[in-house]
Amino acid sequence: MAKHHVTATINGNGVEFLCETHQTLLEVLRDELGLTGTKEGCGTGDCGACSVTVDGRLVCSCLVLGVETEGKSIQTIEGMGVGKDLHPLQRKFLEHAALQCGICTPGILIAARSLLERNPNPTEEEVRYGLAGNLCRCTGYHKIVDAVLDAAREMRRA
Amino acid sequence: MPDTIKLEEKKLKVIGTRPVRPDGVPKVTGLARYGADYSLPGMLWGKILRSPHAHARIRSIDTSQAQALPGVKAVMTSADLPEQKFEYVGPERVAVNFWHMTRNIMAREKVLYEGHAVAAVAAISSTVADEALRLIKVDYEVLPHVIDVDEAMRPDAPLLFADMITRGVEPAPGKPSNISKRIELKIGDLEAGFAAADEIVEMDFKTAPVHQGYIEPQGCLARFDTDGQGEIWASSQGHFVVRAFTAQLLEMNIGNLLVHPAEIGGGFGGKTVIYIEPVAAVLSRKTGHPVKIVMSREDVFMATGPTSGAAMTVKIGVKKDGKIVAADGLFKFQAGAFPGSPVMNACMCSFAPYDIPNVRSVGYDVVCNRPKSAAYRAPGSPISAFAVESVIDVAAARIGMDPLQFRLKNSAKVGTPTVWGPKHAHDSYAATIQALLKHPGYTAPLGKNQGRGVASGFWFNNGGESSATAHVNEDGTVVVATGSPDIGGSRASMALMAAETLGIDYDKVRPIVADTASIGYTHVTGGSRVTFASGIAVIEACKKVIGELRARAAMTWDVDVDDVIWEEGHARPAGKNMGRFEPLSLKAIAAKKAVTGGPISASASVNAGGVAPGFASELCDVEVDPETGGVKILRFVAAQDVGRAIHPSYVEGQIQGGVAQGIGWALNEEYIYDQAGRLLNAGFLDYRIPVASDLPMIEAVLVEVPNPNHPFGVKGAGEVNIVPSMAAVANAVSHAIGRRMTELPMSPPKVLVALDSGRGD
Repeated sequence: MAKHHVTATINGNGVEFLCETHQTLLEVLRDELGLTGTKEGCGTGDCGACSVTVDGRLVCSCLVLGVETEGKSIQTIEGMGVGKDLHPLQRKFLEHAALQCGICTPGILIAARSLLERNPNPTEEEVRYGLAGNLCRCTGYHKIVDAVLDAAREMRRA
Repeated sequence: MPDTIKLEEKKLKVIGTRPVRPDGVPKVTGLARYGADYSLPGMLWGKILRSPHAHARIRSIDTSQAQALPGVKAVMTSADLPEQKFEYVGPERVAVNFWHMTRNIMAREKVLYEGHAVAAVAAISSTVADEALRLIKVDYEVLPHVIDVDEAMRPDAPLLFADMITRGVEPAPGKPSNISKRIELKIGDLEAGFAAADEIVEMDFKTAPVHQGYIEPQGCLARFDTDGQGEIWASSQGHFVVRAFTAQLLEMNIGNLLVHPAEIGGGFGGKTVIYIEPVAAVLSRKTGHPVKIVMSREDVFMATGPTSGAAMTVKIGVKKDGKIVAADGLFKFQAGAFPGSPVMNACMCSFAPYDIPNVRSVGYDVVCNRPKSAAYRAPGSPISAFAVESVIDVAAARIGMDPLQFRLKNSAKVGTPTVWGPKHAHDSYAATIQALLKHPGYTAPLGKNQGRGVASGFWFNNGGESSATAHVNEDGTVVVATGSPDIGGSRASMALMAAETLGIDYDKVRPIVADTASIGYTHVTGGSRVTFASGIAVIEACKKVIGELRARAAMTWDVDVDDVIWEEGHARPAGKNMGRFEPLSLKAIAAKKAVTGGPISASASVNAGGVAPGFASELCDVEVDPETGGVKILRFVAAQDVGRAIHPSYVEGQIQGGVAQGIGWALNEEYIYDQAGRLLNAGFLDYRIPVASDLPMIEAVLVEVPNPNHPFGVKGAGEVNIVPSMAAVANAVSHAIGRRMTELPMSPPKVLVALDSGRGD
């Protein structure tokens, strides 16, 4: 069957790609476009490792089809820093040692940015519920929550 | 070791600080490459066909239709792997049998669990590969199966292996069974011990098998040349072990296989063994193309190793004054489809924190129709600790003693014998109890439906084979290579130890993880051994470099090398030449290396001994919802003896992560099977690991009792933290509801049953 031609924006750049009907956005990003920063932990929308935003909305890219992104704007981890500067969340994750193996980190950073866009001044509990869709097996979430709260403080001051 | 003492006496400059990890930036920008992130031109996708049955004989496999599908380049079955000798090799605690391993990689005569691999394909796309799997016809004769350990031990249980005669029983049993091995360890006179007791507590326990739950499914890429040389990129806890196992299973020369360590997305023991690497290698060898295989989450749950579920009975005898006089433990562990549960560790660790004169531990390793168990964080110890620490809690209450004071009174000290023979040589257990006794949380008031539990645990920690190389660059920076995959910040700890030894800044050291051809043999990242053993290799390599730097300075000054000392990153004239020359920095010596003798680098390969064990004591407060049976963790304090924390943030992270896994094990996690032996919850929706909103902040208390056998006092910190956690939660829940919880997980339905049962302690 012929592949679909899709035109979308990824991290601010216009992108065209071909994909099969059943291919997920996650597969397109990783296998067609080489953007392997978005991770697959489950493929069923349960772990959040593949979190990206589509037109500003936080989604699991394993639950979105590539063809659905026609004309849409996608943000992935590769576009999170601006030029050579890390996003405050990225910096705070490093400073707080909020990652161990790092496989969940891209998804959690994307989800945390989305959370802070909606709620720039979250409580600890709001951070915990805001990130409840992102599994981390290494950290017990303690330092992740600390890093997000600290980044929120810094971003509010900026 | 005078050098050791000298380093220890000096005030530490960088060890104990919390710099940003050297591999951090690629991990927050998405550029770090994990197992599934490698690709090569001409790459094919490998996929594995798995058994739909828990137990069946394979009558035949017809791959002809799959083979004929356009885009399919190769199909493999177990016929493509050579037969292996039936033999247990290696130390008893971690023995390997390649006859079993090759059958776990790809089933031969029978499938032994749902998800057992039976065939594999390589195709030009993942879609074609999936289609090809559907075209493989396997003719199965379905056999009766057995899942539960007690059922598997019954004389009339379906047998996984018709010729399995229990090892460790004299005389050997005349009939086969599912019991692979019986272990018995004992000291003292058990009968006399119990006869002297004022109180005896005996209870039965059950735990469910739980998965390590690493977020990255296994993934690898393999390529082979027609001359038989191959390369593998794999996410594992030990690329040297991937190399050794794969070479053995493919009957190839180890030197012909190069394994590259991908970044690893969590392992917790589960990636110390292999599943897909030999399959990708065979498919690549058959096709001449690189082949990538990535497991699905469902594959991970069905076909990779959880740790054992267990049935246990623990009995202890106590005097009125609080002295434990006898302890008896029976530990029956599910090994899964092939022998090799961690039951021996359970037997050894169970009573290890305590000074008890009369002890017996009996263990059974039992096969059943589940995936073969694999290591999981302090393998075996958390399971037996759940039983032992629950009984300790009941016994303390029975004689009216505070549960921490009771533990303190009975804590093992230097010279206390262990059930497996040697005497304890370190006694930091008491310090972890005292840390909790001093903690304000221990006396904080509790509300309605709330309860507090404490528990403790022991883990050996480990040393063993590690290698490191230190290269001095011409600008005075230093590259430090090890063979230890970095799961949770070990590059940072290697850089800190190198910087401390050399006397240079942390950011002047670049730590890397080298492939199997670029560094000496290094055993897995596991057993809490890396900071200890690979750390010793790094320190040794750096000391050799210091020797060379001193020699270069001596040559420059034209003095005897014995008159040059190394201090704070500088060569200084000493002895009769003291003060005669300006000190030379590492940077200054490095800049002149070409004219003083060439490249400066040194390697060290060690088989590190002098391991000191880890102890942890934990405190947990819970609130139980009497309507739903749901348990909320209100407070968790974990005091662990870590020897010395090289990078305290990552040590705290190990403790917080271990406790979180223990809470999941205690409250939610289990494998649920249907009547046909099929796993019903092979996904993160139904196999529920803790999410952020399930947990409070986890307070890690670092107790630092340095290991005298390590230059910086390191003991290892990765595992003992999970050992007490389930018992701490169970003791807290039991106190909150006034009923003793003896089965894991303590999921809401079980808590409700307990609440309704009126069954007391």
